[in-house]
Amino acid sequence: MSRLKISTPNKAQLTVERLYKDLERHIIASPPGLCPIDLQLSFLKTCHAQTCGKCVPCRVGLSQLAHLMEDVLENRADLNTLEMIETTANNITDSADCAIGYEAAHMVLAGLEGFREDYLYHIEHGKCSCSITQPVPCVALCPAGVDIPGYIALVGEERYADAVRLIRKDNPFPTACALICEHPCEARCRRSMIDSPINIRGLKRMAVDNARANTVPVPEKAASTGKKVAIVGGGPGGLSAAYYLELMGHHAVVFEEKSKLGGMLRYGIPNYRFPRERLDEDIEAILSTGVEVHTGVTVGNDKDDVSLEKLREEFDAVYIAIGAHTDKKIGIEGEESKGVISAVEMLRGIGDDNPPDFKGKRVIVVGGGNVAMDCTRSAIRLGAESVGIAYRRRQEDMTALPEEVEGAIAEGAELYSLKAPHKIEADENGNVTAIWVEPQIIGPIDAWGRARPVKADVELLRIPCDIVVVAIGQGIESRHFEESGVPVKRGTLDSSSESGIRDIPGVFAGGDCVTGPATVIRAIAAGKVAAANIDEYLGYRHLISCDVEIPQVTYEDKTPCGRINLSERESGKRKNDFDAIECSMTKQEACQEAGRCLRCDHFGYGNLKGGRAAIW
Amino acid sequence: MVNLTIDGREVCVPEGTTIMKAAASVGIMIPHLCYLEGINEIGACKVCVVEMQGKVKLITSCNNPVEEGMVLFTNSPKVRSVRRTNVELILSQHDCNCATCVRSGNCNLQKISNDLGIVDIPYEKDIPFVSWDKDFPFIRDAGKCIKCMRCVQVCDKIQDLHIWDVQNTGSRTTVDVAQNRCISESDCSTCGQCVTHCPTGALRERNDVPEVFKVLADPEKITVVQVAPAVRTAWAENMDIPKEMATEGRLAAALKQVGFDYVFDTCFSADLTIMEEGNELLQRLSDIKESGLPMFTSCCPGWVKFMKSQYPEYAGRLSSAKSPQQMFGAVTKTYFAEQIGVSPDKICCISIMPCIAKKGEAAWEGMDVTGTGPDVDIVLTTREMVRLFKAEHIMPKLLKEEKFDSPLGENTGAGVIFGATGGVMEAALRTAVSIIEGGNSNPEKFNDVRGEDGRREVTYHVNGVPLRTCTVSGLGNARKMMEDVISGKSTYDFVEVMACPGGCVGGGGQPILDGVEMAYVRAPKLYELDKRREIRFSHENPEIKKLYEDYLEKPLSEKAHHLLHYEHAVK
Repeated sequence: MSRLKISTPNKAQLTVERLYKDLERHIIASPPGLCPIDLQLSFLKTCHAQTCGKCVPCRVGLSQLAHLMEDVLENRADLNTLEMIETTANNITDSADCAIGYEAAHMVLAGLEGFREDYLYHIEHGKCSCSITQPVPCVALCPAGVDIPGYIALVGEERYADAVRLIRKDNPFPTACALICEHPCEARCRRSMIDSPINIRGLKRMAVDNARANTVPVPEKAASTGKKVAIVGGGPGGLSAAYYLELMGHHAVVFEEKSKLGGMLRYGIPNYRFPRERLDEDIEAILSTGVEVHTGVTVGNDKDDVSLEKLREEFDAVYIAIGAHTDKKIGIEGEESKGVISAVEMLRGIGDDNPPDFKGKRVIVVGGGNVAMDCTRSAIRLGAESVGIAYRRRQEDMTALPEEVEGAIAEGAELYSLKAPHKIEADENGNVTAIWVEPQIIGPIDAWGRARPVKADVELLRIPCDIVVVAIGQGIESRHFEESGVPVKRGTLDSSSESGIRDIPGVFAGGDCVTGPATVIRAIAAGKVAAANIDEYLGYRHLISCDVEIPQVTYEDKTPCGRINLSERESGKRKNDFDAIECSMTKQEACQEAGRCLRCDHFGYGNLKGGRAAIW
Repeated sequence: MVNLTIDGREVCVPEGTTIMKAAASVGIMIPHLCYLEGINEIGACKVCVVEMQGKVKLITSCNNPVEEGMVLFTNSPKVRSVRRTNVELILSQHDCNCATCVRSGNCNLQKISNDLGIVDIPYEKDIPFVSWDKDFPFIRDAGKCIKCMRCVQVCDKIQDLHIWDVQNTGSRTTVDVAQNRCISESDCSTCGQCVTHCPTGALRERNDVPEVFKVLADPEKITVVQVAPAVRTAWAENMDIPKEMATEGRLAAALKQVGFDYVFDTCFSADLTIMEEGNELLQRLSDIKESGLPMFTSCCPGWVKFMKSQYPEYAGRLSSAKSPQQMFGAVTKTYFAEQIGVSPDKICCISIMPCIAKKGEAAWEGMDVTGTGPDVDIVLTTREMVRLFKAEHIMPKLLKEEKFDSPLGENTGAGVIFGATGGVMEAALRTAVSIIEGGNSNPEKFNDVRGEDGRREVTYHVNGVPLRTCTVSGLGNARKMMEDVISGKSTYDFVEVMACPGGCVGGGGQPILDGVEMAYVRAPKLYELDKRREIRFSHENPEIKKLYEDYLEKPLSEKAHHLLHYEHAVK
């Protein structure tokens, strides 16, 4: 008899392991709008299946919790039921031996608090207050509601210009979004239930790379209404509003403070991610609708400025889309030293073809967002001797897209994680010589699930450097508008979800200046909403549509297949220039990737509730 | 054209054709349950699945188009198994008490289940229960709902009223009144299109047949029954009687056989409606021309309810003339009661309508001219009348034709055509134009207002003055018309609206033929009757003339106003 033996997982165990992964992907692709209590109950049952069965609170308690929740769902509950759930769950958390029990009860308590209103609704009305409004998950999660299954099918048929036309119905920046959108659409792609989400952005890129936006004519405009709308700010939001207003027959006049149009697309995002000539393709198409542009004009109350009052007098409506372009300070000693620059300032200089001279310099970028990565990778390309990123938390806590962080590291950036900036050291001439950072250990997790850094019991660390780039967020230049009576809340302009501003009829605002720094697709969506509501405000109801016919579905079996990712130029070469780093798909790749789309516009809830909004 | 093979047969159909239609073109009728052409093509029941050669997953045939070269099987072992299982699953959540179901014998679920030879359901029964307001003109039985979503789609796409919606998610997904209202609080027009498009007995009219038996058993009560025009086009569809024998005379005979004391015709009061409404139009014409807003017909209670809930500020533009049903009730309980010398409370006025909304209309506040109770006491739909005949073991084909009774029975071709979209308009024009121009014109002169389009516009020149008419059926079309009138895009003088597509012939109370729209099959029957009527102008109906001479004086008189008009304006 052997005393010990090596255990190998049997078939059942291996299958369960695979099912765990399947379930994980299922949960990731959970569509928005489901009954939270029904979900909670199914989670609870999963947790209960994990119990070893030794302890009473877990073995019996969890099943009694499930019965009580079933009572809620089956309309047999009253307020006492909720109290029972709460008491029982509390007692389980307080007495279960291990995490299987107390964490399961904890989830129930979190739900009881987080969606208590839905619990009450079930008790009062016998039904759920939630419903699935947009049945196609990718469209539901795209802020602009772009017809994603539609253009994927078009790309699959190599009808690239039609794809561009279809995208434009909801988003006049197909190129910008093809290159740099954060693609929230991919987050709950139903394809994840089979393998992994469709590379939606990659397929859009295939469309615009093969049918450049400036070569695809814009749709015909409605008859002129004679109305004029002033757009303050020539970024993605302002230009989107201008584009749709022109299509509706109104005349849009854009006032842009800087010398060129594009906003953060030009002055925030570096060329290697979004080449300027590609941005110009979108802008050229938008301007072809007849948008009038005044660059180098500031809307404000200073001398030489155009005032909001004047715009209100001369125009039938005003849309404020000024973005978030002011920098934020860290607030540490030495921050005023020579060689400390803000991310906004650095990227603006690059956008205006006036880049800072980093040749041979040692650069430290402070921050962990996408802007910090843009600064890091730009600094490398500007010839810096070394570039480091100082960040208070861990790499996985960074808000930047993981591929951006990985890209920066691949190009040679040094990541100083868990290093909170403490002070900046300068020489007698005030020039930066180093940044002192305070090492951290990662600590407790906050209510949002983010781990907080805590000061480590070690010495401060000195990182020698010549340049410190502060990339910890942007603010909004709201002062002038506040003076003109536009309400400001926590530094952002206060407008409604319909983008109108309370008490100032005819003035609308949207994008970063309302939400705080966000994504380009959010700004575009805000511009689209503003255009529709300005149109209504002016007394019209113009409809935007697209007559591109969507390819019919195919009946291929959906066997699992890997996702095609976009390739990049090798890091050793790309770090020497500002040329685009990402490569397009091949036709073979694009067809395969498009073929992975499950066509939720046709299959599933899509064909009951309508798979697409053909008109808005 | 696309070439494919279905069950070994070569098929060639135009591109975009669904598999189901391609199969039907060669005589292969794929069974289906939730599918409703053009309205509900959602592939939910998965009964119409077919197998495509070389593919693992089955395809629903109702909503998927053909592909070049595809080879399909509608009865492969896999298809057979899946179809059967899905029907069994539906049945596991369906209250299968067919013996007590109004749709027994006319239920697609029952038929498919029988056809597939399902004699046992292998799954646990799980029948949901949801309470319902039993007084509402129609009843929803959640235990019979198969969540096919047809009611949701009909109300969304045809009626544009969005009363129904999907409720809850996950396993508890069901259909319920949208926005979490109860049905009586909703804007439901009670048109009943959801009922006539329900594949099972989940939606049905409120059963008022027992009320009829109650009054028939009461020796103190005099029963007076009226039959609406559209009923005669459809009543025999689900009865054992050859088409040519299903005449008005046999309908009258069958009602007499039931034992009603008087069998009258709503076409009579339709003529009366024309007298009042036609004259009202002439009276309001100067205001119509000045305001640019038309007068709307008010015969259809579904439309009236729609107007009051969706466009309350325009409800005052509805004609104040009551509908034929209500005029009939008012005249029965006054003029007729006097004639036979009984007090109105001794009379029970019953109407047979192609409509569910009429059940509601009879109960509207103020529809009680004598103060002794509602002018119309009981409203039966065509379907309930057929059930009444069956309960009374009446076989109309064995009956001799009989005439409707007098004095509320005589009618004209104008009254008969009320049952089809455009009929009220045409009848009103016949009379109104005769009044303006003096003397009768050709009765066929206004038949341009007939037709199958949901909205038709015709302008007539009467003494040189243009009379712009619009005829609408279906509430979705009514909404579009209202939006155009309000925005000034369209200007009309007189607008007829009927809530049900095709008018009352396609009404929510008519016999149900799953998946078949019957309105435009039934309407020609009314036009045929019109053609064969001796008198085709309402104002020439001798009994109408006598009614005015003896009782009402003249159209729009004070007495006529009291009995025959109703204020619709929403305060």
